Amino acid sequence: MLVLALDTATPTLVAGLARWSAGDGVTVLAERAVPSGTKHAELLTPAIEGVLADAGLAIGAVEAVVTGLGPGPFTGLRVGVVTAAALADARGIPAVGVCSLDAVGTGARTVVTDARRKETYWAAYATDGTRVEGPAVARPEELGLPGPFTGDPAFAERLGAPVTPADVTTAGLLRAAAPQLADPGSAAPLVPLYLRRPDAVPPTSIKPVTR
Amino acid sequence: MNEPIVLGFETSCDETGVGIVRGHTLLADALATSMAEHERFGGVVPEIASRAHLEAMVPTVHRALADAGIAASDVDAVAVTSGPGLTGALLVGVAAAKAYALALGKPLYGVNHLAAHVAVDELQHGPLAEPSIAMLVSGGHSSLLLVPDLAQEVQSLGRTIDDAAGEAFDKVARVLGLPFPGGPPVDRAAREGDARAIAFPRGLTGPRDAAYDFSFSGLKTAVARWVEARERAGEPVPVADVAASFQEAVADVLTAKAVRACRDHGVDHLVLGGGVAANSRLRALAEERCAAAGIVLRVPSPRLCTDNGAMVAALGSRLVAAGVAPSAPDLGADSSLPIDVVSR
Ligand SMILES: Nc1ncnc2c1ncn2[C@@H]1O[C@H](COP(=O)(O)OP(=O)(O)OP(=O)(O)O)[C@@H](O)[C@H]1O
Ligand SMILES: [Mg+2]
Repeated sequence: MLVLALDTATPTLVAGLARWSAGDGVTVLAERAVPSGTKHAELLTPAIEGVLADAGLAIGAVEAVVTGLGPGPFTGLRVGVVTAAALADARGIPAVGVCSLDAVGTGARTVVTDARRKETYWAAYATDGTRVEGPAVARPEELGLPGPFTGDPAFAERLGAPVTPADVTTAGLLRAAAPQLADPGSAAPLVPLYLRRPDAVPPTSIKPVTR
Repeated sequence: MNEPIVLGFETSCDETGVGIVRGHTLLADALATSMAEHERFGGVVPEIASRAHLEAMVPTVHRALADAGIAASDVDAVAVTSGPGLTGALLVGVAAAKAYALALGKPLYGVNHLAAHVAVDELQHGPLAEPSIAMLVSGGHSSLLLVPDLAQEVQSLGRTIDDAAGEAFDKVARVLGLPFPGGPPVDRAAREGDARAIAFPRGLTGPRDAAYDFSFSGLKTAVARWVEARERAGEPVPVADVAASFQEAVADVLTAKAVRACRDHGVDHLVLGGGVAANSRLRALAEERCAAAGIVLRVPSPRLCTDNGAMVAALGSRLVAAGVAPSAPDLGADSSLPIDVVSR
């Protein structure tokens, strides 16, 4: 099955093309990791066209889309999720969502990525790669997990432990998506892992306009 | 009958709009709104609006396609509001539109929301006379435009220097204890009131004031002061009279300046757009004054005056017909896209 994988949960957007089968696993055909800051919307579709060109394939050949559902900064995160939903809808193919942290590193680890506001998104994994805790958001000082840590090395100091630098990868996204790819009918709807509520407080009292 | 079919996306504020047009013919106008979720905050919360856009996007596309009775593969071009508006909200529409265009192998046009408010009238009244004067009055904008060519040249003549007209309606509604958004309830309340009961100020109408600029902040404050004085005195507030007198002040200034812009520029067509153009008194007074001045007035039906996807598709259709180049693949959103940039 030819799968297009996308992720915009971190400042490095990922677009990749891979062959996947239940028996043989993942073969990545093309991948682009683009440092995109807050320009995910600008850069994602060009990156998709880029990997299609790299692999010499047309969009019509894609049979499923996998996307990271975060957690990640909301505005960028939504770009990837809505792109996956729209592409899959327009082509009439399944769209599968996975936790983006699952696609960072392998094996026993605690993945940390930037949640802004001095916090980190994190999840902990067992030796066989299954997620045992998270995803959640926390101040790194209060995480209280032993590591080893993988992900955004900017948090090393505040974690008091080294962080092996790692980004979301196409292979990681496909690995995390395997159970759903094996049975696309079971795929859950694409709902971002926001983890935080929108910042909004209802006004406690209505102020007179003249004051 | 082989005019191009254009799919349009609108997500600049709290409405998720997906419209489909063929040439000047409206085929579908599907809308989802997060309005109710913002009401208790007294205004649109950008993050709530953005989350709602994402949730509503694909279902709204499906509704539009079903209403139009076409398949996605029948679409010839995709258009999307790329500004002005709320960045996070705009980006959901831009990303979705880029993905549909890529998946369908069709050109993409990033368009100006304000120009789209003008273009929507073509779906009801046919090709716009050019040049036309356009007056856009909504919750975020109040602008007078000279439109020599809607596909490529729109000039700003004037705009509000403080509040937008719709914002004034929303704030006055709050003062009067009416729900949000305030335009429709003020309009309704005013029907029972006397428009001459209270003489509220007409901003920027002095001889030395900018002829085409607007100011509604002084009016809003005057209404609030008047109502608060009543309340302090323990007297009942005549809601209908206040609503009618306020609405009259807004309609009076807007129509006077629009007619003046037509006269000064020798233009005999005026088109209204934006949510406030749904206002019944503004429509009636514009009708009256344009008739007296020999100006042909065009106003879309109220449903098409507020934000929707059809207006974006309508502008996209114009761009396709005019042979304007599609947007570059790195199209993004511009929250403060200038009015004279029709597409980018
Ligand atoms: N009948 C009416 N009379 C007066 N104002 C109205 C009426 N109906 C709607 N409005 C006002 O129109 C505004 C909404 O306009 P619109 O839907 O064009 O979008 P918007 O959210 O204001 O965005 P933008 O300014 O970006 O176009 C609100 O302020 C509302 O109160
Ligand atoms: Mg509008």
